[in-house]
Amino acid sequence: MVSGDRISRRKALKAISNVAAAGAIVGAGVVGAIGGFMAGSTTGGAQQTVTETRTREVTKTVTATKTVTAGAPTGGNPIKIGFEVHRTGIGAVYGKWYERTTVAAVNLINEMGGIDGRPIELVIEDDGTDPQRGAQVVEKFALEHKVDFILGALFSNVVLAAAPRAGELKIPYFAVSEGYHVPSGKLNRYSFQPGITDVRSQTQAVAGWIVENLGKKITMVFPDYAFGYDHRDWFGKAARDLGGEILELIPIPPTETTFTKYFPKVPADTEVLYHVMVGPAVLTFVKEMGEFFGSKRPEIFGFIDSLEGVAIDSPGLEFLEGTYFWEAFPRYLDGYDTPYHRFFREKVGVDENGADVNDPKSVATYSHMFSCWETLFIIKETVEQSGYTRRSPEDYRAFIETLENFRWFNEGNQHPQGAKLFNGRLHQGFGQQFISRVENGRLKTVYRTKIEDSVYESDVDYTKQPL
Amino acid sequence: MSLEVTLFLGLLDGVVFGLIMALIALGLSIAFGVMRIVNVAHGEFYMLGAVIAWYATTYLGNFILGLIIAPAAVIGLAAIVERTVLRKINYNPESTIVATIGLLYIIQQLVLAIYGPYAYNVEPPFYLRVDFPWFGYSGYKLSIAFVSPLIMGLTALFIFKTRLGLYMRATQQDREIAQAFGVPVGRVYMASFALGAALAAIAGVLVVPFLQAYYLMGLEALLISFMIVIIGGLGSLKGTLVAALIIGVIDGVVSVFFSPTLAKIVGSVLVAAVLLVRPTGLFGAER
Repeated sequence: MVSGDRISRRKALKAISNVAAAGAIVGAGVVGAIGGFMAGSTTGGAQQTVTETRTREVTKTVTATKTVTAGAPTGGNPIKIGFEVHRTGIGAVYGKWYERTTVAAVNLINEMGGIDGRPIELVIEDDGTDPQRGAQVVEKFALEHKVDFILGALFSNVVLAAAPRAGELKIPYFAVSEGYHVPSGKLNRYSFQPGITDVRSQTQAVAGWIVENLGKKITMVFPDYAFGYDHRDWFGKAARDLGGEILELIPIPPTETTFTKYFPKVPADTEVLYHVMVGPAVLTFVKEMGEFFGSKRPEIFGFIDSLEGVAIDSPGLEFLEGTYFWEAFPRYLDGYDTPYHRFFREKVGVDENGADVNDPKSVATYSHMFSCWETLFIIKETVEQSGYTRRSPEDYRAFIETLENFRWFNEGNQHPQGAKLFNGRLHQGFGQQFISRVENGRLKTVYRTKIEDSVYESDVDYTKQPL
Repeated sequence: MSLEVTLFLGLLDGVVFGLIMALIALGLSIAFGVMRIVNVAHGEFYMLGAVIAWYATTYLGNFILGLIIAPAAVIGLAAIVERTVLRKINYNPESTIVATIGLLYIIQQLVLAIYGPYAYNVEPPFYLRVDFPWFGYSGYKLSIAFVSPLIMGLTALFIFKTRLGLYMRATQQDREIAQAFGVPVGRVYMASFALGAALAAIAGVLVVPFLQAYYLMGLEALLISFMIVIIGGLGSLKGTLVAALIIGVIDGVVSVFFSPTLAKIVGSVLVAAVLLVRPTGLFGAER
């Protein structure tokens, strides 16, 4: 079935020492998984000596495509990673920060000696937050740029359009979306989401806390498309399993601009208003919710998606005081102050309040963007452990089978949000979640879930699909 | 929430929405009425108003200045477009549609390149939460319900009481006869196009404190404006106002009792029904 060389312990150690040498604290905790069946047509490229340089070289092609090989090692032909980003369209605020995080991670990896001694060449394409363009971008990456891997989209409708195309073209596609698409079994052997916990896990992890601390009668407001349905289905199930009751479901189209008309649908006996919104009008949504309810509001629990990229102390948001938010990664550093978290913030250029170090008004999409960083380190780790050298069916097989055998990614500079439990059958990572309360116009973390709280049983098994 | 309260909220939200849309639609209607052209880029003038208001508020720190600068800038742009594009194609209806589609994309992409793809917020000139016994409502939004009719009233005064307004009405009735009587039709066209654009820009400024300024915001406004002018009758001031209120109230009431998607469907069906029964719209003149 699988032939070829075994990965040597020396090589695995070399990979880890490369990481350590560059200041990282802990490498990926994968050593237990690399026994078995590593494969591939390894060639000389994998064993190249690394000459570390600090030169900065950013090249721009004449088209919209941008390639970045900043801080790259001089030796070795590059590993090309296609980065599909929402530069325009309704996901643009996320796109800006995803790009910034990704470029920071690529710079760091290249400074550390690249992937297996080869620099990363990042090819960036805008998908306009548009599903159709998302699939076209995947084709462009595969056929024109001939990238090795694709770092994929955030908005779940775009992922659902792009990932199947990547599967057909047989190129590994890494979603950084949090949607419940990869682990649902809807996608394919080539789709992964190791760097951020999916919505089903997130909602399951916080449902118990909500039902116990805020109330049992819950009304849900969510975007009227795939991502919102994940919330509706999985939070609804988790809350009901814990004795909660969903009084009303209020779907809102993601392109909606005014929201007051939706709030009369919230039943009067609602104890908890659960909200998650995305798109350019999130601030309007939260403001109008505040205007509508005023001081007579129920308890409010929101997913931070409703306010990603928006300052909590914006005028008009005063009513949020005392409400709660789910966060994947606390916007304010003191919510989870670790050396790795500080390291990540510094490299990406985010201050202690979750804003651009150079512009305190520019608030990051902090609870999501770490996924790009962590996913890139997972790609690096998997390439180095699998002996992947070039775009070929054998090397992709080795890469995918290696990744499927990972079990843990330990907390460290590569995984600042916290350790990730990886389920190779589901192609999905699971991490801790945070609950924060708005106090004095900022978010104060009040609860941190365990990784186990996020884990669910599933029959999905991508490893049975052919490659 | 009781039925009456829900209906009250639906009516309130619908009337506010309708009055804002009436401003935009009135602009579209004036340009069509006088020049017989359909300006597909009309929504972009509305978007430009919002974006310029953001710049004015951010860099000059004054929302009221935005209310002056944005329409002024858009008037300038509209005048240039009228001179350099529409006049060159001799206001040919088909060519104008194609040309203004091009203009739509040019404006949208320029804003994307300069302003960026983000939705930025502008602080309203005042904060006030109007606290009804059952729910709260934005005081700023309510104030628009007064400002918008005021601007429409001023527009009507301009059209019915000034010489240029008279020229515009004359040109609307019959271009050639107006020209024969010495009406400077070229200048009237430019003024009409600029006035239409200015109304859209003012609406853009007014909405930006509760809707963010965003480069794609023009499309929805354009579609609703088309619905309004088709129902009201192209070129009719009264028809535009009535149709805007109808569309607004349908949107508000159907949204609160059923769903906003259904409200859009009902609006579209109404457009189709009006076109079938009275192709010139409720107040449109028979030709």
